This record gives sequence, C-alpha cells and structure tokens, in this order.
Amino acid sequence: MKETIDYANQNYLKYVSLTAPKTKETRTLFRAFWVGGFICVIGQGIRTLYEQAFGLSGDELSSYVSMTMVFLGALLTGLGVYDRIGKYAGGGSIVPITGFANSVVSPAMEFKSEGYIYGLAAKMFLIAGPIIVFGVASGVLVGLVYYFINLF
Amino acid sequence: MEITLSFIKAFVVGGAICTIAQLLINYTKITSGKILVYFLLSGVFLQSIGVYQYLVDFAGAGATVPISGFGYLLADGAMKGAEKSLFDAITGGLKAASMGITAAVVFGYVFALIFKPRSKKN
Repeated sequence: MKETIDYANQNYLKYVSLTAPKTKETRTLFRAFWVGGFICVIGQGIRTLYEQAFGLSGDELSSYVSMTMVFLGALLTGLGVYDRIGKYAGGGSIVPITGFANSVVSPAMEFKSEGYIYGLAAKMFLIAGPIIVFGVASGVLVGLVYYFINLF
Repeated sequence: MEITLSFIKAFVVGGAICTIAQLLINYTKITSGKILVYFLLSGVFLQSIGVYQYLVDFAGAGATVPISGFGYLLADGAMKGAEKSLFDAITGGLKAASMGITAAVVFGYVFALIFKPRSKKN
C-alpha cells in the first residue's frame, strides 16, 4: 500500500516539476515580449515625432531618439518606476537602451552615500563600464579590419 | 497607415529581441550585465557582416532601441569611417555612439544626484 502511495507521489512530483516552471517561464517570455516591444514602440513614436516635427533624419535622428530614451530611462529609474517595470518584465526592460540608462543610474544612486567621486561617479559604470569597454574595443576592431580590407 | 505599420514592426521585432534575452535568463542563468554585453557584441558582429542594417531598415526603433542597436551604431560608424581614413576608422565607432554614451553619463549623473534610492521591497 505504501509503495503505491510513494509511486503516486513520485508521479505527482514529476508532473508538478514538468508543468509548474514551464507555465511560469512562458509567462515571463510573454511579459518580456510585450514590455520590450512597447518600449520600442515608444522609441518609434519619438522617432516619428522628431522626423515630422523637426525634420531630422539619418544619424542625427537616431542619436536624438536614443538621447531621449536614455533620458526617460534615467528619469524613471530615479523615480523608482523602472525597477518595478524590471521586476515585471525581466529581459523586456533590460535589453532596451532605457535599461542601459537604468544600469547607470541605479548603482550610482545606491552608492551616492560613499561620496560623489568614488561613490556616485565611479559606480555609474559598474554595469555600463563593460558595455562601453567592449563596445569601443569591438568598434575599433571592426574599423581597423575594414580599413585594411579596403586598402587591398 | 504606414506609420501604424512601422509601429507594429517595431513592436514585434523589439519584443522578439527582448524575448531572446528572457530565454537566456530563464534557461542559462546568465546575469543581466553579461546579457547586455553579449547583445551589444552580437549587434556589432551582425552589422560587421552587414546583416543588422536589414533589421534596422525593416523595424526602425524595434532594432535600434535594444542594446544590439547600440552595437550596430558602433560597427556602422567604424565601417563608414574605414572608407575615409585610418583616423576615422579608429574614431568612427565611438563618434557614432557618442550621443548615447554622453546622454547616459550626463543624465545618469544628474538624476543620481537628484533622486534618493528607494527600498527594493515595494
């Protein structure tokens, strides 16, 4: 009798482990999708606005759009709103450039108590630092490779 | 109509890129800082072989707002600079991305100065 109960328990546990995390994971995927998509739609809206209202185009347009998105991300982080979005959306709030702004402001605020130079200014680059390091380094690599390919 | 379509494209492509990040979070336990670096490098790589430009032309902000779009900007600037001179090949990438980095530094400092950190619980 006990054996059958154990067997049933094992089956049940197997069933739980198969279903429970999966539904949770599809939910996180859905959340990341719609929040991330929505942030990009806001970006597209700003893009359209600047295009129509100020007649910007090309590099200038995309630069001003990312400036505005960084501004919004930094402001919402300061207000404490972005961390709540992050808790809900996960990857949907990390990957957009607003998440980059969040990764700058969040540790900077946190370490402000350690001073304005070694605290705030240094800790700004806790997560953003590696991004800038790898970005600049890979950019230079691509530039040099293309320059020497163009020579021949 | 064209504007509506551009919004839908931005939503779908931007959402899809974020979903890939969420998949990595769910199944590999890579921390968010590393995900940002990997996405940036994939943007640089995809543009260096000329692929990411198609995504940008198709989806607009859906491709440029994610951090991979930042990598696209760096690679694109470097490649355009490489056509001019060695100097532009080296400075082109950072020059193209300078607005994003400047904004992050300036707004980051100002807002971190103004606002106080909140408790992470609520």
